Amino acid sequence: MTAAATSRREIAPSSTPADKAFRGTVRGAAVLALSVMGLIGVFLFLRALPALQVTGWRFLTTAEWLPGVGHFGVAAVLEGTILIAGIALLVAVPVGFGASIWIAEYAPRHLRPALVSLVDLMAAVPSIVYGLWGFFFVQPHLIPVSRWLSENLGPALPFLRVDNAETDSSFASSAFIAGCVVGVMVVPTVTSIMREVFSQAPTGEREAALALGGTQWAVVRRVVVPFGRSGIIGGSMLGLGRALGETVAVYLIISPVFAVTTHPLQSGTHTISALIATLSTESSGVALSGLLAAGLVLFLFTLLVNAGAAVVVNRSRSGQVTG
Amino acid sequence: MTAPTARRRRTDRWNADTVSQLVAAGVGAVSLTWVLSARVLPIGRVAEAALFGMVTFVVLYGVCVASSDSWFAARDRVAAALFTIAGLLLFAALVAVVSFTAVRGYQAVLHINFWTETTATTGPADPLTKGGVLAALVGTLEQVGIAALVSVPLGLATAVYLNEVGGRLARTVRTVIDAMSAVPGIVAGLFVFAVAVLTLGYSRSGLAAAIALAIEMLPVVTRTGEVVLRLVPEPLREAAYALGSTQWQTVRKVVLPTARTGLVTAVLLGVARVIGETAPVLLTSGFTAELNADPAHGPQVSLPLFIFTEVRFPLDHAISRAFGAALVLLTVVIVLFTAARLLGRKKLS
Repeated sequence: MTAAATSRREIAPSSTPADKAFRGTVRGAAVLALSVMGLIGVFLFLRALPALQVTGWRFLTTAEWLPGVGHFGVAAVLEGTILIAGIALLVAVPVGFGASIWIAEYAPRHLRPALVSLVDLMAAVPSIVYGLWGFFFVQPHLIPVSRWLSENLGPALPFLRVDNAETDSSFASSAFIAGCVVGVMVVPTVTSIMREVFSQAPTGEREAALALGGTQWAVVRRVVVPFGRSGIIGGSMLGLGRALGETVAVYLIISPVFAVTTHPLQSGTHTISALIATLSTESSGVALSGLLAAGLVLFLFTLLVNAGAAVVVNRSRSGQVTG
Repeated sequence: MTAPTARRRRTDRWNADTVSQLVAAGVGAVSLTWVLSARVLPIGRVAEAALFGMVTFVVLYGVCVASSDSWFAARDRVAAALFTIAGLLLFAALVAVVSFTAVRGYQAVLHINFWTETTATTGPADPLTKGGVLAALVGTLEQVGIAALVSVPLGLATAVYLNEVGGRLARTVRTVIDAMSAVPGIVAGLFVFAVAVLTLGYSRSGLAAAIALAIEMLPVVTRTGEVVLRLVPEPLREAAYALGSTQWQTVRKVVLPTARTGLVTAVLLGVARVIGETAPVLLTSGFTAELNADPAHGPQVSLPLFIFTEVRFPLDHAISRAFGAALVLLTVVIVLFTAARLLGRKKLS
């Protein structure tokens, strides 16, 4: 018996016009989102070019800001930015590490989701609110700490010495105080990344450690922390990226001094973002172009730090790649 | 011959031993801090005393456990105490930020004129019965609204692309969106300033500020949206395809409705993220104390910019107004955030 000679039905899917339009639209949106990043780099570079042509590579090594005579660069503000971010990490990493271990391992299990939400909320508090809190609440409390550090450790460590130490105002508005406030601002970022990685520590190895008679501390030290090492590094670097770009909180606290900050406890310092915020309204021509060049430096620097962090953190996560 | 049996170890976390050790160390730390701060050391402030008390507590607790139990137990317990202190410090900071803003800001907020007037005719020294944040409220609403109108469709479409369509570009897009969330606000502002003001010759305005905010908001919406879409169960999509739906029909009738509350969460988180952003607004919106409801023309103030301007007057009333506006901002962020979490939880159950 022969089958009726019906031609075999074609089932290879051919997209309908609606499908094609849909895919085209969302792909277009993705490309647009992608191009925004490229545009940021391109426009900053184009607008920074006049200033960079004046200074050349000296833009990175000049510590003064005298655009009128063509002598300007970001060395001092870049140093201030890194110094404040470094102090911020000294605050944020220990607290963030401890808090993330506490949330992941020690906190009552039924409270953990709420604690995670609170950490996220803390990351969402606007930086200007942290700025107000830092200036009016933290600063008066930190000045005695600054003074104590300076008086007791200053003789041994010259960079902690402060001129005119009689008055409190010599200790106010310093890189140390700004760094501490920025540290509080980046703690939630650091905590949430670390906690996420710690909570993925394999149950089997935890239980093995406990079964061998290990204490909870042994589990943390021998299983959770080694497993989450990439999270510790990645979280710290993401925190660093946040701290580098922070503007208003730093602006409100520091008193701008355009020189390389050698004494973090002494009043006065400067950062790239604060420089841009201070001068943008009153600059024009080469000076304005210089600010854009400073912005470009900050942009590339934070990109570099965050790309490094992403590489480290992703190494600990399994594939999230769509085909 | 039997070995001498050791006392049996209790493994439960809370028993008479552990509680009494905690209480002993706690009482010891409090009394020692009190004696020293009142009599010996020049510790006048609560914060310093608390810090000193914590250190004393950890040391005493370690000694306590080590003497009554073992060195191993002491290490374990001291580590637990240190981690708990770090966690408490973190949440203490949150409580301190919120309560300090509330305490300093509530007086300004209580005046009706705070909500119905602008500071156009109010000097920084004027009392709290004059002037308010009306212009800033209008500006924030418009700027954040426009930013959301731009970044929500774009962000959600990108999220759909990443999760539903994919392709060779997907990896690059995801990496770049991640990098975008790291762009400092001041750089976003600078970029919009370079394009709109320097290149196109457009004046500083609410619209320019809104574009800068949209750049900050886009990665939040995209990343959260993508995570939410990934939670949509695969069998739902397969069922839709099996019934003969095209991809567009599947996305529109199955995927997006399933993820709806989650997508709302993504939008709320995006808005919460940018509503208080000062740095992008600083360079782009210009400043005016007057009410300007037209985002496309002329400078426009917003809540963060209002705070930033008022707080730099060294005058109590101006600073109170700044704290009042900060309290408004903080409340909005907390409400948005709580709403986003509640919606997100409903999705899970």
